[in-house]
Formats: sequence, C-alpha cells, structure tokens
Amino acid sequence: MRRLAERTTTGVLVFALYLLFSAFTGPWGVWAPDELLAGGVLALVVGWVAGPLVWERGGWRLLSPQRWALFLVYLVGPFLYAMAKANLDVAWRVITGRIQPGIVRFNPELATDFGRTFLANSITLTPGTLTLDVDDATGDFFVHWINVTDPSPSADAVCGPFPAWARRIAE
Amino acid sequence: MSVLIYVFLAIGALFNLLGAVALLRFPDVYTRIHGATKCTTFGSIFSVLAVAVYGIARGGGEGGTMAIRAFLALVFLLLTNPTGSHALARAAHRSGIKPFRAVVDRLEEAGKEGR
Repeated sequence: MRRLAERTTTGVLVFALYLLFSAFTGPWGVWAPDELLAGGVLALVVGWVAGPLVWERGGWRLLSPQRWALFLVYLVGPFLYAMAKANLDVAWRVITGRIQPGIVRFNPELATDFGRTFLANSITLTPGTLTLDVDDATGDFFVHWINVTDPSPSADAVCGPFPAWARRIAE
Repeated sequence: MSVLIYVFLAIGALFNLLGAVALLRFPDVYTRIHGATKCTTFGSIFSVLAVAVYGIARGGGEGGTMAIRAFLALVFLLLTNPTGSHALARAAHRSGIKPFRAVVDRLEEAGKEGR
C-alpha cells in the first residue's frame, strides 16, 4: 500500500511537471492530445520505477504547501539578495585579485538530509563559498571560503540567514 | 520591452565575461570553481530571463512555450550547478589537491583525525 502511494505521488508530480513543460502546445493555448499521451506514459514509467527511491528517506513532509510558499519567499527575498551581493563581491575580487582562501568548518545544527542538502546547495550557489563536504554523523560543514576573515567562524558568519531558512523550510 | 531584454543580455554577458576572467586569474581549482560556476550561473540566469521576457513579449502559443521552458531551464540550472561544482571540488580535495595559499584547511585536519 505504501509502495503504491509512493509510486502514485511520484507519477502525479512527474505528470504535473510534464504539463508545465508542454503548456501552450495545443491549438488554443491548451495541451495537445499527443503531448498528454506522452506525458501520461512517461509519468507511469517514471512513477513506477523511481517512486520507492524518491521517498525512501522520509520526504513526505516536503509536500506541504506551506513549505513551498516559504521556499518561494526565500528564493526571491533573502537568497536573491545574498546572491546578488556575493556576485558583486566576487566580481570585484576577480578584477582586483584580492583573495584569502581557506577551508573552514562550522556546524549549522541541521538534523535532516533535506535540510543539509538545502543549505549546502544554497551555500554553493552563493559566490565566494563552496561546500566541499558534510560530515554525516556530526553535521559539520566544510566550506571553501574565498575570503577567510575568521579561521573558526560561526555558521552565520559564513552564510548569513541561510541556516535559519533551511531549518524553517526543510526540517 | 526590448530595452529590458537588452539590459538582461548585457548583465548576463558581463557576468559570463567575469567568469571567464576569473578562470584565467584565479590560482587553483577551488577558486576557479568560485569564479567560473558562480559568475556563469548569475550570467546564465539573466540570459535565460532575457529569453523568457522575449517569449512573453512575443505572445501566443510559441512565445508562451518559450517563456515557460526558459524558466524550467533556469530551475534545472539552479538545481544542477551546485551539485556539479560540489562534486568537482570534493573529488579534487579527495585526490589530494591542496587549496592554494590557504589560510586554514579544516577538511585536511579532520582527515588526519581519521574520519
């Protein structure tokens, strides 16, 4: 029963993504029948094969619409601001060549895989910081930082408001 | 509308150029990943946004498809870029490449503790 639920959910999500991908292909701004057929077949195959893998490590809570709303707020608000700021900072370092690189270690105190992946991806997408490794047991992050101001920094010093948002959205 | 497209394209091209310069200027693999993948991401975001705006401006079925697919390309870019650069950097560190002129290397220290 659980397997069936996992496969169905994955299939429905894949079909929704395909609908998005093939929007406006029909004659009046709707979906063409052959696109619907192709999407249905793909959703069945992908849902059946990948379904049990997707939810293996307890991802059900990520389906809550509240988390998605928060994620969108995060994406256009604090994340975009931090990325723009860091992009300009790294652009300046490219021109002047002033770098002070190093690999720092800090613990953002995230417990779940999704929280850690979320934070690691946010850190890597922000210029100037790059996640090298995460210790699975302790949750320590190893981050290559282009401008080390403090050899043993706190999580907030490296990535600002990201850990708090990762806790809010993914944990 | 076309002014907006040109502005987006100009920002995108500028950051892609900076990424290329960073690739030449920075000393080792880690800092080059900073320069190349980061500036390229920001540059690509604006290039893709230009395509999306062009699609919306063009309108109709074709324009709508173009805009939506451009946005989807952006989403997948934002998902795959950090994963890829993380994998590259981690592989580089595991194969023994030391970060150039590093102030600290906590990963190396942790490795000595027998992780």
